[in-house]
Amino acid sequence: MALSGVEIFKMLPKTNCKKCGHPTCLAFAMKLAQRQISIDACPDVSEDAKKILGEAAAPPIRPVTFGAGDKAVKMGEETVLFRHDKKFLNPTVFALEIKDTASEDEINKKVEAVATSEIDRVGQKLRIDAILVENASNDSGKFESAVKSIAAKAPEVPLILSTPDPAAAEAAVKAVADKKPLLYGANESNAEAMANIAKTYKVPLGVYAKGLEAISAFTAKIKGLGVEDMVIDSGARKAKEILEDNTLIRRAATKKTFKPLGYPVINFIQRDDSMVEALMTVLGVAKYASIIVISNADRWKNLATFALRQNIYTDPQVPMQVEQKIYKLGEPTPESPLLITTNFSLTYFIVLGEAENSKVPCRLAVMDTEGLSVLTSWAAGKFTASKIAQFIKDSGIENEISHRELIIPGYVALLSGSIEEKLPGWKVTVGPREANALPVFLKSRA
Amino acid sequence: MSFVVPKETYSGKVYEVSIGTEKVVNFGGEGMLPFLAVDGAVKNRPLIAYEVQDIPPDDWPETVKKAYEGVSGNPVDWAKYCQDKLGAKAIALRLIGTHPDRLNSTPDEAAKTVKDVLAAISVPLIILGSNNADKDALVLAAVAQAASGRNCIIGKAQEANYKTIVAAAMANNHKLVAMSDLDINLSKQLNILITQMGFDKEMLITDPMCSALGYGLDYTYSVMERIRLAALTQNDTTMQQPLLGDVGMYVWKVKETQALEADLPLWGSLEDRAVAWEAVTASAFMIAGAELLIMRHPKAVEALEKLIDELM
Repeated sequence: MALSGVEIFKMLPKTNCKKCGHPTCLAFAMKLAQRQISIDACPDVSEDAKKILGEAAAPPIRPVTFGAGDKAVKMGEETVLFRHDKKFLNPTVFALEIKDTASEDEINKKVEAVATSEIDRVGQKLRIDAILVENASNDSGKFESAVKSIAAKAPEVPLILSTPDPAAAEAAVKAVADKKPLLYGANESNAEAMANIAKTYKVPLGVYAKGLEAISAFTAKIKGLGVEDMVIDSGARKAKEILEDNTLIRRAATKKTFKPLGYPVINFIQRDDSMVEALMTVLGVAKYASIIVISNADRWKNLATFALRQNIYTDPQVPMQVEQKIYKLGEPTPESPLLITTNFSLTYFIVLGEAENSKVPCRLAVMDTEGLSVLTSWAAGKFTASKIAQFIKDSGIENEISHRELIIPGYVALLSGSIEEKLPGWKVTVGPREANALPVFLKSRA
Repeated sequence: MSFVVPKETYSGKVYEVSIGTEKVVNFGGEGMLPFLAVDGAVKNRPLIAYEVQDIPPDDWPETVKKAYEGVSGNPVDWAKYCQDKLGAKAIALRLIGTHPDRLNSTPDEAAKTVKDVLAAISVPLIILGSNNADKDALVLAAVAQAASGRNCIIGKAQEANYKTIVAAAMANNHKLVAMSDLDINLSKQLNILITQMGFDKEMLITDPMCSALGYGLDYTYSVMERIRLAALTQNDTTMQQPLLGDVGMYVWKVKETQALEADLPLWGSLEDRAVAWEAVTASAFMIAGAELLIMRHPKAVEALEKLIDELM
């Protein structure tokens, strides 16, 4: 159970010695309760208190990483049920399933699809993060060679090795141990052997038991066998079960600090109907899956599910921003209109969309207002006449266009005079207040 | 440590709304987060309404326009096609032609369209204005009367025009959509203003303002989740209205539903991508709490219905 500031305070020396950098022990306790500082900053706290506080401070969902290098993926550490309470931390890992029964050609195609899946969206690189190799053949030799071949073709992609057979598991894990794969996994009948492999090769272990009661008991058993890093599978496969199990796991872990369920969750959501698979991905991303195993990497599906994951995992407290620059819409000529707006991503997207819908080629100057919308940034003094004038001057746009007319958002109409004063030779035109009036506005000028 | 199911019990629930006369459909009514049967019974399926327009969908992207080829020339054929061939459980008629920048058609013309569509269908009708506050006040007043006795939903009432529209809905016994600008407090405020006029709080539907995947979905998603939680945990009567996700009109505007694969090969097939954009957007809002969704592409509706089947 998370401790309150006052509960923590009772365990501190109460000397107000300031060695931790805080004026009082109570202030330090409050920081501890908010998990903003470590207990190690207090040099005088007792070992007993340290142990209790250390356990209480541990994230309710254990951080687990697999893969090696830059593309290793981290899961867990989530503390809340709703993104409006606190940012969801480690985005759901998308793992493409490749069966070891697939032909060389099919395997190559899938590996290629993962390797080329990366898309840049609002400044983030989004991709299929991992490959799950499924021992569908039940043949350990075949599994090992598939794993080796995939690891050679996609050396940086984190791997999940999926087999219930300890012999197959050991051979495959051994072959790629340096890549720190996730081994999936342990079940009631192979627990000791699988736990041993995970310990020997220092890889995280996926564990399976049907239902939440069984999986709770099972993670305790695996922990008893010496494996700490686990990813759990409660056997949920249908949407209803996934929603319920994932929600109850997250609740038990974060609200009840129920340690046996405090692990990242893996969901298998493969469907023959790709569109339904996309929607199952939505469910998993929105409702607490740490890994989602998918059957294909169709580009259209990737784009939609990447965007969804990005939306759900953005920080609701920090506005998404786009890069400050002058964007070209269509193929503008030197005569095309020049519009200005702020760099709040939502503002940018809406203005961009409407301006594009007008089919009138134009330039959109997007000014850095620290991610604030037009009215908010104006009120905050970040979208002012002098700043706008400076931005236009510094942008070098005067060399690219033949006219000197700037279209400003209707909400800041009152800036038009002062911008003209600060930008000699320029004419400022007041555009519409709402972006949805842009198509009519732009077309009427064309 | 043995596992105890961490159930939640809530003091409040979402009002159940019933629309239509010949074929009556209910939505809302649940006392837990969407589909979480462990906390309470799933009362009704979310309702998906097919969007049709009073004028041909010339400004809709090709992918969705071609799904209605041959029927979208007039709203009656279009609505009948949705009901009879696509199995629509409700129709949302958007009177976009009344917008001053479009055909600027009159309230009387709009009322005639509504009457014609109502005469042709038996499923419930949702009647939406063109989202021009001044014009909507005139148009919705006229169509509310034209649809009197058919237990429709009319909308959208906004801060700038709610008085006339609320009065028209009340006088003709319709349900009403109240829309505000993506802010839980504005949404609450508008619902208070509307109920203060004497409008029954249980006949109201909240539209917290929709958005598209990748274009503000995160805002709508969280506002919906917060409204639903307020309804359940605080038993707040101005937050217990079912939520509307007016998905189609936002989704079919964005680049992802229009850009050709030839121009952006990394984005994959246009048709699948566009359909997915609508289906993914709608499913996210449904998971956040929307019980009523207005959508355009039949394949997107079909995929969402399959997800609902699996969730029930």
